[in-house]
Parts: sequence; structure tokens; C-alpha cells
Amino acid sequence: MTPLLQVENLAKFYGARIGCTDVSFDLYPGEVMGIVGESGSGKSTLLNCLAGHLPPDRGAVRFDTRTDGLRDTVTMSEPERRMLGRTDWAFVHQHARDGLRMNVSAGGNVGERLMAVNARHYGDIRSSAIDWLGRVEITADRIDDRPTAFSGGMQQRLQIARNLVTGPRLVFMDEPTGGLDVSVQARLLDLLRGLVRDMGLSAIIVTHDLAVVRLLADRLMVMKDGHVVETGLTDQVLDDPQHGYTQLLVSSVLQV
Amino acid sequence: MISVENVSKNFVLHNQGGTTIPVMAGASLHVAKGECVALVGASGAGKSTLMRMIYGNYLTAAGRIMVGDVDVAQAAPREVIALRRRTLGYVSQFLRVVPRVPTLDVVAEPLLLTGTGQEQARAQAAELLARLNIPERLWGLSPTTFSGGEQQRVNIARGFAFAYPALLLDEPTASLDPTNRAVVLGMIKEAKARGAAIIGIFHDHAARDDICDRQVDVTRFTPGLAA
Repeated sequence: MTPLLQVENLAKFYGARIGCTDVSFDLYPGEVMGIVGESGSGKSTLLNCLAGHLPPDRGAVRFDTRTDGLRDTVTMSEPERRMLGRTDWAFVHQHARDGLRMNVSAGGNVGERLMAVNARHYGDIRSSAIDWLGRVEITADRIDDRPTAFSGGMQQRLQIARNLVTGPRLVFMDEPTGGLDVSVQARLLDLLRGLVRDMGLSAIIVTHDLAVVRLLADRLMVMKDGHVVETGLTDQVLDDPQHGYTQLLVSSVLQV
Repeated sequence: MISVENVSKNFVLHNQGGTTIPVMAGASLHVAKGECVALVGASGAGKSTLMRMIYGNYLTAAGRIMVGDVDVAQAAPREVIALRRRTLGYVSQFLRVVPRVPTLDVVAEPLLLTGTGQEQARAQAAELLARLNIPERLWGLSPTTFSGGEQQRVNIARGFAFAYPALLLDEPTASLDPTNRAVVLGMIKEAKARGAAIIGIFHDHAARDDICDRQVDVTRFTPGLAA
């Protein structure tokens, strides 16, 4: 089986400081990988390099494109990379405001992604929008409201609907449940699990919440100071951590 | 079906002075299809550790753990995931679920993951829950609010939803009343009859003697404890 994403020796430096370095992994279709580590460990830098938002200084990020198989997204042209960003890739930001147009209606936010891939029929776009709002539990009568009129949790669900409406194959998520009430977080986790299962999505999730990765991710990568210190099956890394830092991280979680 | 060959394991505690604790050495064990083997030994002897190593939840330092044709000790994460999806089931002592997901969906999930349709999966889940005497009015609620015995039965229903060829059972009858204990023992016997290879930990000795063909004392695999 061809991996969906193949990362080889990826590195990003900020001057003399390390953003992330020596990162290599394969992600297969349908797999969900979590990246954990404390703030400043390089996990968001890595995610942004993978998603083409930051140019890495070294290494390759090969994506299994629909037409040409594995292509290095670091060296492909900007228009090609942007095309991937609107079609096969999705990026869910930590702050929904960064991923939404705040002064456009909820339906418009979802429809815009469709129009970017050449959907033109107004009726079709609107019915897809209603369908997706329903899947993320936003009722159809809110379709003409702007995200500014939504709660934080609703904005986050709208962002997910906007991202998934074009049927991407790979979703990047940066702290998707950060800053949400635990009650909203639980519903979002269930939603994401269902989407991964039913659509066969692959996802890379950056978070510092170990409970979230345990429930969502098949595999886990632990980062510290820009380096990957441990990788493995999520429950194995959490239940039998090998690296000193991972042991510290796991043993520091407060019990409820 | 399950074959553990000369397996060992240490825990290294990096944050506690780098203490190394050898917990298992020279463990070997074979379970054929349709056979049920009980792991016995005092608390702390390593029964659960061995079971977790077979499930890929704990890493193995040396040796081979074959489940079907996969060596769990060497397998890549995605191979272990595929193995757990279709081959190797595990009923742990604790239920771990996404909060607020209805019990019926919790039980149906292993079926959905293996390609059973939504309706069929839910029907089968309902059948299992009914058999395990979980009242129907609870099916739409999250099991996180259930009593200990109810949670355990939900866990068992989930573990038996898909007909795995190999099963690991960690204290499946603890905290069950006699009626439900009999139901669970019946389910384990049915799994044996359809050819599942089963490894179990039972503190309930009557249950163990009723369903297990053999016992393996893990004390002989415990470094420093072996006679």
C-alpha cells in the first residue's frame, strides 16, 4: 500500500534556533496520527511545514496525489500546492476565526470551499451546505447567520464543516478542541471519530491534551525541543512510555 | 493461533534514578484455535503485563509474539491496528469511551469499523445488550454514568460484538451477579466453540475451572520469583 503522506528528514530553523528537525514518518490512508509535546516543542511548526504554510529548510513531504502518485509538496509549484490546499487537504485551526470568514454567512463559509473547486449551481451549493451544517449539528435555520453570532464551539464545528465539504483525504488539525468546554469537546471528539470512520479520512492532530489523542489517534509522535523523542501506537506510548520525557508527560496528567 | 516465544520485558523509570525493573523473562505459551488458557499467579506476577504485551499495548524487549501470522513484538503500529480490528479482541477491566456517546453506539463501533452497515451493527449491539441484561432504557445513555457491573457488561458486549479469532479477557466475570456471570461464561464458551483462541485472567476460580482447558503460571516467567 502506498502511504498517503511520506515525510523524510524534515527540518525547519528559525535563525540558529531549531523549529523542528529530523522528522520522518509515513501516514497511511485512514490513519490518525497525534503529535504531542509541550508548547515550544515544535509541533505546530511541523504541522505548518507539512501543510505547506511554512517552507521547510530541509527534507521532503511527499503526498499521494490523485493524478501523479507521490509528489514532493515542498518543491511543487505554488499554484499546485494551493490547489491541494483547497481539495485534498483541509486545515482546522485552533482558533476558528483563523479558518473562517467572519463577515460571511455560515452557508457562505461552507459554499466558498465548494466554489473554489468550481461548483457553480447555487441550489446544489446551498443544499450541500445545509447537509454539512446538519452533520456538525448546526441547524438549517442558522445557515444565513454570520459566525460572529455563533458560540465558540459552533464556530469550531462550522470550521470543520467548511473544511470537510470538499471531501479532503488528509486533515491537519491544530488543537481542534483547545479552548472549548469539556461538554462541547466530547461532542466534537465523537463527530471527528465518526467522520474519520465513515469517510476514511487520514488526519494529523497536534494537541497537548493526552486524553484527546488517546480517543482520536491511532499513532502518536512525542516531540521535545524540535526533536521527535518517541513514536508508536497511541495506547502503547501512553501506557508503556520509553523515553524519559514521555514518562514525565504521562505521569504529570491530573486524575479527575 | 497465539504463540508467545521466549519473551522478556523490563521497565526503565528514567525519572526515578533510571531504575530498571525486570518484569518478565523467558515467557513462552501457545494457544490453539478453540482453546482457552488461564494465566495464573499472585498479584504482581505479571499476568496483565503479559496480556498487554500480546495486545501490543506494552512493548516487548525480546522474543516473538505471534498472533495469526503477525509478530506483535516487531509489527509496525498500523499492522497492530489492523490486527486489533479484525483478529485480536481485548476485554479490559476498564471501559474507556468518548464521553456522551450512547451505549448502543459504543457496542456497535467494532462492527462499524469492520464494515457492517449502521442498521445491522446496531441490531447486533442491541441483541448483545439485551442478552447481558442491560435495560433498554439505558441504551441511549452514555455508559460513563453506569454502575461498575453495568460498565463491565457494556465492555464485554463491545468485546464480543465482532467475532475475533483471538480473544484476551482480563477478569471478565469480576463484579458480576450470578445471572450475568452465567451469561458471560456462556458467551465465552460459544466463542471457543466457533474456534476462537482465548487467553484469560480469572480470579473467579469456579469460572476458570469451568471454561479453561489449561492454566499457565506466570510466576515462572517472573525474574527473581521463579523457583
